[in-house]
Amino acid sequence: MSTSTKLDSKIPEGNLEQKWTKYRSTVPLVNPANKRSLEIIVVGSGLAGSAAAASLAEMGYKVKVFCFQDSPRRAHSIAAQGGINAAKNYQNDGDSIYRLFYDTIKGGDYRAREGNVHRLAEVSGNIIDQCVAQGVPFAREYGGLLSNRSFGGTQVQRTFYAAGQTGQQLLLGAYSGLERQVGMGAVQIYSRHEMLDIVNIDGKCRGIIARDLITGKLERHFGHAVLLCTGGYGNVFYLSTNAMGSNVTAAWKAHKKGAFFGNPCFTQIHPTCIPVSGDHQSKLTLMSESLRNDGRIWVPKRKEDAEAIRTGKLNPNDLKEEDRDYYLERRYPAFGNLVPRDVASRAAKERCDAGYGVNKTGEAVYLDFKFNMMRYGRIEATKKGLHNPTDAQILQMGKDVVAEKYGNLFDMYKQITGVDPYENPMMIYPAVHYTMGGLWVDYNLMTTVPGLYALGEANFSDHGANRLGASALMQGLADGYFVIPYTIGAYLNSEIRTQAIPTSHDAFEIAEKEAQSRIDKLITVNGSKSVDYFHKKLGLIMWNKCGMERTESGLKEAISEIRALREEFWKDVRVPGEANSMNPELEKAGRVADFLELGELMCIDALNRNESCGGHFRAEYQTEEGEALRDDENFAYVAAWENKGNHEWELHKEELKYENIKIAQRSYK
Amino acid sequence: MSGNMNITLKVWRQKNNNESGKFETYNVPNVSEDMSFLEMFDVLNERLIIEGKDPVAFDHDCREGICGMCSMFINGRPHGPLKGVTTCQLHMRSFKNNDTIVVEPWRAKAFPVIKDLMVNRSAFDRIIASGGYISVNTGNAQDANSLPISKVNADEAFAAAACIGCGACVAACKNASAMLFTSAKISQLALLPQGVPERQQRALNMVAQMDAEGFGSCTNTGACEAECPKGISLSNIARMNREFLGASLTA
Ligand SMILES: Cc1cc2nc3c(=O)[nH]c(=O)nc-3n(C[C@H](O)[C@H](O)[C@H](O)COP(=O)(O)OP(=O)(O)OC[C@H]3O[C@@H](n4cnc5c(N)ncnc54)[C@H](O)[C@@H]3O)c2cc1C
Ligand code: SF4
Ligand code: FES
Repeated sequence: MSTSTKLDSKIPEGNLEQKWTKYRSTVPLVNPANKRSLEIIVVGSGLAGSAAAASLAEMGYKVKVFCFQDSPRRAHSIAAQGGINAAKNYQNDGDSIYRLFYDTIKGGDYRAREGNVHRLAEVSGNIIDQCVAQGVPFAREYGGLLSNRSFGGTQVQRTFYAAGQTGQQLLLGAYSGLERQVGMGAVQIYSRHEMLDIVNIDGKCRGIIARDLITGKLERHFGHAVLLCTGGYGNVFYLSTNAMGSNVTAAWKAHKKGAFFGNPCFTQIHPTCIPVSGDHQSKLTLMSESLRNDGRIWVPKRKEDAEAIRTGKLNPNDLKEEDRDYYLERRYPAFGNLVPRDVASRAAKERCDAGYGVNKTGEAVYLDFKFNMMRYGRIEATKKGLHNPTDAQILQMGKDVVAEKYGNLFDMYKQITGVDPYENPMMIYPAVHYTMGGLWVDYNLMTTVPGLYALGEANFSDHGANRLGASALMQGLADGYFVIPYTIGAYLNSEIRTQAIPTSHDAFEIAEKEAQSRIDKLITVNGSKSVDYFHKKLGLIMWNKCGMERTESGLKEAISEIRALREEFWKDVRVPGEANSMNPELEKAGRVADFLELGELMCIDALNRNESCGGHFRAEYQTEEGEALRDDENFAYVAAWENKGNHEWELHKEELKYENIKIAQRSYK
Repeated sequence: MSGNMNITLKVWRQKNNNESGKFETYNVPNVSEDMSFLEMFDVLNERLIIEGKDPVAFDHDCREGICGMCSMFINGRPHGPLKGVTTCQLHMRSFKNNDTIVVEPWRAKAFPVIKDLMVNRSAFDRIIASGGYISVNTGNAQDANSLPISKVNADEAFAAAACIGCGACVAACKNASAMLFTSAKISQLALLPQGVPERQQRALNMVAQMDAEGFGSCTNTGACEAECPKGISLSNIARMNREFLGASLTA
């Protein structure tokens, strides 16, 4: 296999440890006076967008930031719960940059680039420093130093956190830096704005078309460079842990204007989410991976017991220890409940499919804290010098410890399910959570369109076929704070003579017209079915045929079903209201129209990849024990898809070379 | 799985900021107690769309109680009847069959209505931009553990930082004061050593911006604290007043 001539990853030469430091000190610079006349558009205000916009503005560039929420502080990063990784080795447990690098490559099932991932591990420590300096209130020990916890796929404690609200605190930190620049006049914010297209001039990206969501007016904005920091596309499945507005529109529009899409089928299904309760369900709620530190996952050993629990005849608390199957601990003794997400999700599905599920629908397993509550309670009793405490006292003290660590998650669980998780084991089931796939980018984070970049979850770069917990926040902030401020110089250095292009230019005119005619078309269909009707149908096809388990025949069916659904959508969707006013249904319609196109590409990509790796599990390719079976000979590549018009794509391959890690069958046993 | 509750909604409808609004009454049958409050609105909207009517516009995004976007004034209370729960996390099991529920937008001069239940809260962003930060450029930071912070202070700063910027405090206050929101940020940063160098200027600037946005003054009724979904404490307002007073004396 060799890499397509259309893809140049621009990974610097030299040995792995020095690639980034060397490159960073040789990348061309832009002098301060020139920076003031260079304009950068940042679409998205999550960790990636806010961090990038604040840092670039601090350096002197003129920056505009767009987001569809009413404030940049509400970007979906706000919802991240569990934590952020960094190779600080504060716990003295053997962590290092190399180990974080190694865990990430292995966790990604050997489908990520060595160069990028090593850089990520290198800058991870700076992120924590930066956040603390901004006033992010991370959890601390009594001695005043930072506290850590463990996440899946690792054997060290390298995850920094702020209760179950880590994303919120990190984003508010980045947002405060961003607002500081707004106050200084270096950044202009366009909230309640949705980007509908990019504008290319002479082969370079030069701006965007955005819709003011309050007035409905289309606007043209010029930039010497455009950064898409628009998050992931998990909502193609309708039900996911993403926010309601999360979408693929920005990335998809860029894809249709020349940006290749990398590994679109790599989706992460998170093992610990609150199970579906009915068809009114609008989203699924994550119960943070950090809970797997202290919760043990089980189902009954016997089907009769599972049946009795389902029908309410048996209380799970009464099931004896020896009648419980802690299946992760049984199958993966080395990592136990902390195996990576893809492994844990499939194992839950396997048990439920075999008839051991524990809720009414048969699609739930237990996450039980009792054992660790007792353990913590005993520690507390010792600390407090209590001799011969009763079991009830121990349990109460244990509950208090758990409440301090995860109180907000436990409250959320109770609020949603009506069941008290302090008294009963939680019920959980896997749900769509994150997309490793995204716009293909080179080492500079530039897409295949010059001047157009993708950062954070919107790009495909660092997580291979499976992302480790607490690594998305790390990647978003790494991209924004510590990568793009350097790498953008490589491009802008040659743009210092480019004057701002007036937005009366033909290219802007045409792009705006296209966007307008699409909006008009959506409104004039005036059919009989709501946007949600189509979105739910698409979601079901994707979940059943391109979800946790995929097969050749299923994917082929999915492709034709999605095509038919898309046709029906454009004939029969009903979008009420007007184009020139606040119209949430119109916003949704545009997003679902793009999901209908993306879904097809995801299935095509999954069909092309005749192997199982990470989150991509093709039933035809598994070991005897049911583990994913990779095919390194034929598939150690990034699949970068070029859009060739309606239903047409061309595949370009970027070969993945492993020079510093011995590529091996992933084992967590 | 639909349920068996029958709910009557009286919802504020307003086309945009220039037109006046009024209540409309809707009946929503077959509501399940497992539905969230917003999912009940989804069901209503689905029906309105099919009937060719304009669905109710409301703000929401995460539906997990953390982004601060949702903002309904339910039966006279911001975010409804439950303490510590945002609109999106409120579930129908908190209501009874045949209940009539009145739903309005946040009402405050500084939060103009955009449409139906949506309001413009960008005044909050401007308050933050006026001083709600620590001035540290990317790359300036020292090693994170070189600055030990007592767990008590760190926890207290975290409690203040938990504010989601929803604006319920303003909606709850008869003066539409933004003191709870503003004081939460001032407190968080004043409690941490990193925030100390700028504490006086920060307090002066943020309070000035708050006043400029048209938020009312604080008369200590405590409605904000009672309605805040994140348990932001009134003691933050006391701390802000001390910070402000200290700063005004030296200024
Ligand atoms: C519930 C949950 C919990 C998580 N917990 C963790 C965790 O503990 N640790 C971890 O590492 N990761 C976690 N993740 C993953 C992580 O939160 C995300 O991957 C990450 O925050 C994405 O950041 P981002 O900056 O790339 O995008 P986002 O934060 O999603 O921001 C996207 C931005 O783009 C804007 N946008 C999108 N489209 C448009 C458009 N067309 N026009 C204008 N603006 C647009 C939005 O307004 C928004 O500002 C979690 C994810 C979820 C869903
Ligand atoms: S203080 Fe409470 S009510 Fe006010 S904005 Fe913050 S979270 Fe909302
Ligand atoms: S929708 Fe995010 S807090 Fe309610």
